[in-house]
Amino acid sequence: MGIVIIGFWEFASGRFFNDFWVSRPSAILQRIGEMAASGDLWFHLQTTLEETLTGLLIGMVIGTIAGVTLAFSGQFAGWIFPYIMAVYSLPKVALAPLFVVWFGIGLLSKVLMVTTMVMFVAFYNAFEGVRNIDPDLLDMMRTFRAGRWTTLTWVILPSITTWVLTSLRLGIGLALIGSVIAELVGANRGIGYYITKSAGTLDTTGIFAGLVIIMLVAVALEAGVAQVEKRLLRYR
Amino acid sequence: MVGSLSKLAIRDLSVTYRSREGATMAVEGASLSVADGEFVALVGPSGCGKSTILKIVAGLVAPSSGEVLIDGTEVRGIPSGVGMVFQNDALLPWKSVRDNIRLPLTVRGFSNDHQDLEAERLIRLVRLEGFESFYPRSLSGGMRKRVALARTLAYDPSLFLMDEPFGPLDAQTRIHIGREFLGIWERVGKSVIFVTHDVEEAIALSDRVIVMTPRPGRVKAEFAVALPRPRDYEEVRFDPEFIDLQRRIWEALKT
Repeated sequence: MGIVIIGFWEFASGRFFNDFWVSRPSAILQRIGEMAASGDLWFHLQTTLEETLTGLLIGMVIGTIAGVTLAFSGQFAGWIFPYIMAVYSLPKVALAPLFVVWFGIGLLSKVLMVTTMVMFVAFYNAFEGVRNIDPDLLDMMRTFRAGRWTTLTWVILPSITTWVLTSLRLGIGLALIGSVIAELVGANRGIGYYITKSAGTLDTTGIFAGLVIIMLVAVALEAGVAQVEKRLLRYR
Repeated sequence: MVGSLSKLAIRDLSVTYRSREGATMAVEGASLSVADGEFVALVGPSGCGKSTILKIVAGLVAPSSGEVLIDGTEVRGIPSGVGMVFQNDALLPWKSVRDNIRLPLTVRGFSNDHQDLEAERLIRLVRLEGFESFYPRSLSGGMRKRVALARTLAYDPSLFLMDEPFGPLDAQTRIHIGREFLGIWERVGKSVIFVTHDVEEAIALSDRVIVMTPRPGRVKAEFAVALPRPRDYEEVRFDPEFIDLQRRIWEALKT
């Protein structure tokens, strides 16, 4: 299927469509090759990966801890939930310019952007995950007079593993959006920066090369999560 | 009847559940006691509050009124030395048979060597040798029950609370595991409250059968089971005493 589409793109480009606007797969591949050879690829990719992975990690940790804590906080959860909803409903993309103004065009503004994007998804999944824990398992732990730590490591964390993996999956996409958007707004390196720079010179091949690289990163990270999942959920 | 010798004494226990539809009385003025080392079966129709009574004794649910004493001390919070076997096993799906059995040993803070040794002994006791590293999912219903039993034995409680532990098993497995359990219990000799709706199972296992009324649950009748121990779990069913008890208990349940 993919081959058919790419084949048609290659064939139609320059015949039915002006290749100035749509570029062509062979040119994009060639461009990525050139970027790799000149060191540009690693230069930009490294930056984007650093922002994406750091933000993803921080967002996942903060969101998950907040979700688990709040799910066990009883009344307090009901009180604070409307506020979380309000912040969540903000189009976070619109925060990118603010972060750049506040924290500059360096790593910090990008990581914060990614963290904000990922955090909420991790929060909701962890919260829902805790609420879906089999109550009998928690009762069982209580009858054994298990402490908080034992209950957390033996029951709560394993119970919410599928939920956390789901937020990690969604988080990868969101983290890439976050870092690239922040780079589009203000940066001097990174794949997002490369895309804006190419757009500035009407270099469609460059734009497509950037998009393809982001897609490959997403696919690679997703494959990594699938491996982790296989390992963590082998009891099923 | 509630003497200082009682392992467990329940006096005038009432439980009311509140929900959107209003208040439901699950248990009303139930009183019963279990002597040290006694095996008491609790039978009654579904929804008569049998499981609720166990949850109160385990400290998981607070009673609306009345009191529960274990070794003469009133239950507040989760009492120590009380082990529960849940209706649906409550095994941890992500832990192997061995680790499930080790759970209470970990909680009690034993050294790893001791945990291994004790888990090994219990696995032999419930005859699960060779399945140590299996996950619960790949075990049969009967085997899962044995893991749950071994886990509660690992906690080494002086009072066992068993909530229809053999409920979802097929008739044959039920008899099989019942026989094994009877053998194990006759060796450890700890106090047990065993909730079931199977009258034959109740008589074959217990020293005393308590019959409860439909909701709200109250104690309707008590029957001492004078069958000698050790018992043969199947043969005992043909004993005239057993058959007589069975008839009387059924009558108590009917009216």
